[in-house]
Amino acid sequence: MARKAVATKAKTQSNIPQLTKEQELEAYREMLLIRRFEEKAGQMYGMGLIGGFCHLYIGQEAVVTGITMASEKGKDAQITGYRDHGHMLVMGLDPKGVMAELTGRQGGLSKGKGGSMHMFSNEHRFYGGNGIVGAQASLGAGLGFAAKYKGDGSVSIAYFGDGAANQGQVYESFNMAKLWNLPVVFIIENNKYAMGTSIERSSATTDFSKRGASFDIPGEQVDGMDVRMVYDAAKRAIEHARSGKGPFILEMLTYRYRGHSMSDPAKYRTKDEVTKYRQERDPIEQIKARLLAEGYATEESLKATESEIRAIVTEAADFATNDPEPDASELWTDITISA
Amino acid sequence: MPQILMPALSPTMEEGKLSKWLVKVGDSVKSGDVLAEIETDKATMEVESVDEGVVKELLIAEGTDAVKVNTPIALILAEGETAEAAPAARTAPEPAEAPVVPAEKAAEAAPAAATVPAAPKFEAQSDPDLPEGVEMVEMTVRQALNEAMAEELRRDKDVFVMGEEVAEYQGAYKITQNLLQEFGPERIIDTPITEHGFAGLAVGAAFAGLKPIVEFMTWNFAMQAIDQIINSAAKQLYMSGGQVTAPMVFRGPNGVASRVGAQHSQDYSAWYSHVPGLTVIAPYSAADAKGLLKAAIRSPNPVVFLENEILYGSTGLVPKVDDFVLPIGKARIARRGADVTIVSFSMGMRYATQATEKLVAAGVDVELIDLRTLRPLDSDTVIESVKKTGRLVTVEEGWPQGGIGAEISARVMEQAFDYLDAPVMRVTGKDVPMPYAANLEKLALPNVDEVIAAVNAVTYRS
Repeated sequence: MARKAVATKAKTQSNIPQLTKEQELEAYREMLLIRRFEEKAGQMYGMGLIGGFCHLYIGQEAVVTGITMASEKGKDAQITGYRDHGHMLVMGLDPKGVMAELTGRQGGLSKGKGGSMHMFSNEHRFYGGNGIVGAQASLGAGLGFAAKYKGDGSVSIAYFGDGAANQGQVYESFNMAKLWNLPVVFIIENNKYAMGTSIERSSATTDFSKRGASFDIPGEQVDGMDVRMVYDAAKRAIEHARSGKGPFILEMLTYRYRGHSMSDPAKYRTKDEVTKYRQERDPIEQIKARLLAEGYATEESLKATESEIRAIVTEAADFATNDPEPDASELWTDITISA
Repeated sequence: MPQILMPALSPTMEEGKLSKWLVKVGDSVKSGDVLAEIETDKATMEVESVDEGVVKELLIAEGTDAVKVNTPIALILAEGETAEAAPAARTAPEPAEAPVVPAEKAAEAAPAAATVPAAPKFEAQSDPDLPEGVEMVEMTVRQALNEAMAEELRRDKDVFVMGEEVAEYQGAYKITQNLLQEFGPERIIDTPITEHGFAGLAVGAAFAGLKPIVEFMTWNFAMQAIDQIINSAAKQLYMSGGQVTAPMVFRGPNGVASRVGAQHSQDYSAWYSHVPGLTVIAPYSAADAKGLLKAAIRSPNPVVFLENEILYGSTGLVPKVDDFVLPIGKARIARRGADVTIVSFSMGMRYATQATEKLVAAGVDVELIDLRTLRPLDSDTVIESVKKTGRLVTVEEGWPQGGIGAEISARVMEQAFDYLDAPVMRVTGKDVPMPYAANLEKLALPNVDEVIAAVNAVTYRS
């Protein structure tokens, strides 16, 4: 049965989906890990321990957390752009390895040769960490192509931002993904700004969930600050893709609290706008309030989780600070594989 | 007790102004709270707290200029800590909070790390020995390429072909003829005209373990896809510290066809050979086309396989053996000689071969080398030859600046300078976009007479 390519507005969604106690606790933990990890990364950048570009995920935690919880870990492939630390943490990659990659040390996930934007794991089926805006849409379609070719039942989840959504290859990929009904879920993380350019100033139409309409790819706009909404939409989208109906687009309405990268003072938006999101929509504060209200957690148990997470992050930071830089001989390794 | 340090807001920032404190002593702060504003010549930015606790002391007054990065600017008393513990903590801060020597500074301090280790040397294998009395079959380059793909598709289910008109149309240049009939539409896949998209899609499929053969109708159109070839495929292994590979072949006709104008007539040999992570192959003969395409498909690395439209119909002898695979990275000595070395590849070999015939007839003992692979480039074979002949001419269709001839010329100068009896001469396409008019196109291309003139010049016969 052909499905109409209509975008469902987040606000028209009537019943807010509920997560179980275990899911709420898991989501809280994962999001808190990302938040604390990214804050530490920001601090370490400030100390000169992390170089180059460093794009933090603070504010957007619910997106990758809800989607990954709705996916099959270790089976479904995920790929994203350069704002990638959160994706790796939720997918189960070692925080020590991620942080040591940020500091360019030998124990980094890419032996210190990739950096913040280039980390991968075949085992966890994470394919980066890609530095060229929009490239991951085509690559992600290819991961879906491989899934269909091999018939392994996996789904490819390809994240990109509102900025990348205007790249030509995204539409080339939409076309092929639908033409061949590839199992791909395209996640458009709309954080409202492509670096310093707001979606209103960059995009002829700003409802990105409709961007697949001319290819007959269904799309939905989702409140990306509420992990329950993200999880629920992702479940349906992933099921759609896995069942052979082809690609699905989820536009996640989200917000990044920090600048585009560490060196961005974010002058293009008002302080009020940022404060409003932080105070009224924060994904972690939302879930924290629910955990307490539902009696799923107490102030004490939340504090215990907080210190547990802090210990993980401190351990990662210590490791990343003290681990040696890669041996000079690594300069010449991993360029090609000797046949 | 955590110290708050003056942060760097960019990799180049060394100091800044602490323009404003947004907290005061005694305030409770938590992660993410804005503590202060700092200013550099470029921007004003906020300092957020990473720690939770109570502000114990502000160490730098607001309005202070030129505060060095990593200077402690405040002390935060963490929950459970007492003020009495503070002095001790100040002299022995937690390891994670201590100002640490940034990585690049550490590298400067250790001169050993600054020494560039020697690049590993690529050792090419020799061509396989053929069985005595092996049957040689005459076939076109087109048939040779087609056979190579068919054999590898039969051998490995993970190999598939995608591109424009490769399936139902049977290939724009008929290189994929009959593959659809034998392997079906799941493995021989017609794409829409979207080079950027399908090249990227194929790279993603390769990440996931498949072995795509991507046909570009011509390499001119691969300009749309060059980002995916270089940024995604070529660099992947390195960026991932050896974890994720892109075992695949990008292939199609390269170089000048005939009277198709500037946008459809270009040699990309030098472009792709510039890129570490890629293997670049440009065969001339039918046998090399078959043996090297099979090797390319089996390679665990991304391979750029540059064919030539004019050569598709030319014939050559291909050994009839079960599995004819040639080594990547090994030049072929097409003719042994002692007087002068001519080095070429792909279509350039046609000019070079014809020139060699005439020169030999005129008494010049030419050594002719077909590079076959452009990366890794078989310098050894060229250098050894130049040590013997003392004279070198390179021939290619591409532009001169930064060309394959320029690269070989540099290597010979570096590694065999004392053996040269004459300057190296390059015969190349002219440094112009390809014109359409028949006479101008002919002038823009290298030709046999130019090769002969160059050989005469380096042998001082002119």
